[in-house]
Amino acid sequence: MNFHLDLIIESAPFLLKGAGYTIELSVGGMVFGLILGLAVALMRLSHIPVLRGLARAYVSFIRGTPLLVQLFIIYYGLAEVGLMLDPVPSALIGFSLNVGGYTAEILRAAISSVERGQSEAAASIGMTSFQAMVRVILPQAARVALPPLSNTFISLVKDTSLAATIQVPELFREAQLITARTFQIFTMYLSAAAIYWLLSVGMAWAQQRLERQASRHVREH
Amino acid sequence: MSMIEIRGLRKEFGELSILRGIDLKVAKGEVLAVIGPSGSGKTTLLRCLNCLEAPSGGQIRVGNIEVNGDILLARQKVKVRQLRQHVGFVFQNFNLFPHRTAIENVIEGPVVVKKEPKAQARARGLELLAKVGLADKADSYPSRLSGGQQQRVAIARALAMQPSVVLFDEPTSALDPELVGEVLSTIRALADENSTMIIVTHEMAFARDVADRVLFMDGGQIIEQGPAAELFSAPQEDRTRRFLSKILAR
Repeated sequence: MNFHLDLIIESAPFLLKGAGYTIELSVGGMVFGLILGLAVALMRLSHIPVLRGLARAYVSFIRGTPLLVQLFIIYYGLAEVGLMLDPVPSALIGFSLNVGGYTAEILRAAISSVERGQSEAAASIGMTSFQAMVRVILPQAARVALPPLSNTFISLVKDTSLAATIQVPELFREAQLITARTFQIFTMYLSAAAIYWLLSVGMAWAQQRLERQASRHVREH
Repeated sequence: MSMIEIRGLRKEFGELSILRGIDLKVAKGEVLAVIGPSGSGKTTLLRCLNCLEAPSGGQIRVGNIEVNGDILLARQKVKVRQLRQHVGFVFQNFNLFPHRTAIENVIEGPVVVKKEPKAQARARGLELLAKVGLADKADSYPSRLSGGQQQRVAIARALAMQPSVVLFDEPTSALDPELVGEVLSTIRALADENSTMIIVTHEMAFARDVADRVLFMDGGQIIEQGPAAELFSAPQEDRTRRFLSKILAR
């Protein structure tokens, strides 16, 4: 087993470029996934049975099938029926849809956890249900949702490595390519792992700050 | 014209009849206390008045805003919101917005619903907080306030909308006994300013003291009503007498 510092330095630009895709896919997937997840959560909480049914079916499919299979359906499957997407957009769509399914459940639970009295109080001062949702319910739900959402995000950062299988030149793919050329398996994958780890540590730190921000109204002990 | 007029108000939950045709008028500046055993429908009556509970039938008028209980609230949303802006509601459990400070709670309605300029709403809000004795707590979050203080902020929040009527739903029931007094004296001060109020309460002494009229409900109906002094000292109905003797014997 050899550990080659010179190889690491040499391949750093490629790995960092790959990490750029990793971050892009993670942040993009999380942002679009959250928007989608909120929409699906609101559908699940709606009074209209059709919307509820659709939302439930969606969540069930996303959570019930492997992310890898979902990516293959979007990249290879859609190509077969004439919808050719480039690797990066395919991956972004796949991750967004996937994150949407998971965050929908998190947000639904978080919204439901806000006491009924809160929407009543909002209604009692004449707010519309939209105002009540945005100003009263969601800020409180966000506090409950933050830890599980961060979990989803950190998982997503690591799951973006699956995009390597659909030709996205992200971090893991770059490590793979360099390994194929140099046969320095241990060095390359350990370097990739280190970068993933650093990214996750960064996220965890950001999460803590966000959580403190969202909880500043709660009495400290 | 009376400030509040309720005609034939009914509320059913499935088979269960909570309100069986309530007719009620409240004059401008009148303080009405509603008493009765739990399950008598008094809280439901109050919640229907603010459309927090959808009536099963009947008419509700506050000022010149009328809500028709015979049609779905969803079909008269604008009216319902107008009505709510004219009717302040004080909840048993305060229901302050925990993520906002006391002053933010108070100005939320004026700023968001009435689009009042923030600086103006804030100035008015601080006056209201001063009025309920909490000027120094303006920037505190509800979690840092006692129950009595929270309820007083909630009263200020209701008043900030400059409502024609304020409804109190057992405003002291969730409070520790030593905190009841401060909330009652806040409400009493409002009564002295000729605010129109309906107070659902278990505090009989307070009702007798503050209310112009007391209304006794049981089984979803108004059993008896009259001037506070009369109803408490000489109740006409058997059910009223039994209720009062049970309560006052405690």
